[in-house]
Amino acid sequence: MNTTAIVINLFAFTGLVISLGKDRGKTVAALKVAWQVFLRILPLILLIVVLIGIMMGFIPRKLISQLLGEQSKFGGIMLAALFGSVLHIPSLIAFPLAVSFLNNGAAITAVATFITTLTMIGVVTFPLEMKELGRDFALLRNGLSFVVAVLIGLLMGLVL
Amino acid sequence: MKEKMVKQIQPTKSGDWLILTGSLITGGFLLLIFPGHEHKTLLAAKTILVELTWILPGILIFIGLFTVWVSKELVVKNLGKTSGIKGILMALVFGALPTGPLYVAFPLAAALRKKGASVSNVVIFLSAWACIKIPQEMVELQFMGLSFMTARLVLTILFIIITGWMVERVIPEFPQNKETNKKGR
Repeated sequence: MNTTAIVINLFAFTGLVISLGKDRGKTVAALKVAWQVFLRILPLILLIVVLIGIMMGFIPRKLISQLLGEQSKFGGIMLAALFGSVLHIPSLIAFPLAVSFLNNGAAITAVATFITTLTMIGVVTFPLEMKELGRDFALLRNGLSFVVAVLIGLLMGLVL
Repeated sequence: MKEKMVKQIQPTKSGDWLILTGSLITGGFLLLIFPGHEHKTLLAAKTILVELTWILPGILIFIGLFTVWVSKELVVKNLGKTSGIKGILMALVFGALPTGPLYVAFPLAAALRKKGASVSNVVIFLSAWACIKIPQEMVELQFMGLSFMTARLVLTILFIIITGWMVERVIPEFPQNKETNKKGR
């Protein structure tokens, strides 16, 4: 059932053992980073658990499939793309959200587009990108990424 | 050096805990006002919580190990001067290694640009950083399954390279001197 998780954990612990053999100090530092990342995302993880519970408990499947399902056609894809562009959440907690939508009537196209814009496009980080790399660069990269995300979503729908 | 790396991780925002408390109260109220939804709500929440708990230790250890072992200097040194197919591959690989959150990526990309990395490689590096991070792919594998993860990964890599090429057609070179930078170009 949870083979993926077991394999990933095995890999991680193997890496940890190798790292420990090479440099004790660095390994301790790595665990500290891991712990700090955990503390930072803990409230967000619990939040997504609560939100998914509320959504799946209260939002009727019909509404989700109307907005993001096969019959929503291109409108659903655009909705997912915009939602993903504006939203600023760690991708780590985006997948539980995505799979809940998928299991409750959303189309693969919409879900794949949502994940792609969510990660590739940052409305929140845009000012930083502009400052470091220039306005034209930031506009072009984010703009093209939006189009690309929709294309990836459409192709995913064809492939799967 | 090590302390610096550790400090780069932002502390928990107390706002996040407030939002969590708010959502718990909202959920509780909804369940009180509209009875009959308990089973579906709790089941969905429990399923996600269990899966996240399973995968989280491994993911966190990966993030920690890579953050410590792959230094930013190593990335800049290797990516700054490499071009061609090798440059594209390096930009993809270094982007995908979990070396920190996105707000670290932009200063790093700016450093790459100063070291002479091409526009397309900076685009590829940034997009790979945002999109195909190794821990992220692992979580995707866990939740979405192998075929979804693989299909999206292959398509994303393909389109990231195309996007890099297109951005470079429009902006062949980064403006180099500081005056143009100050004007915000």
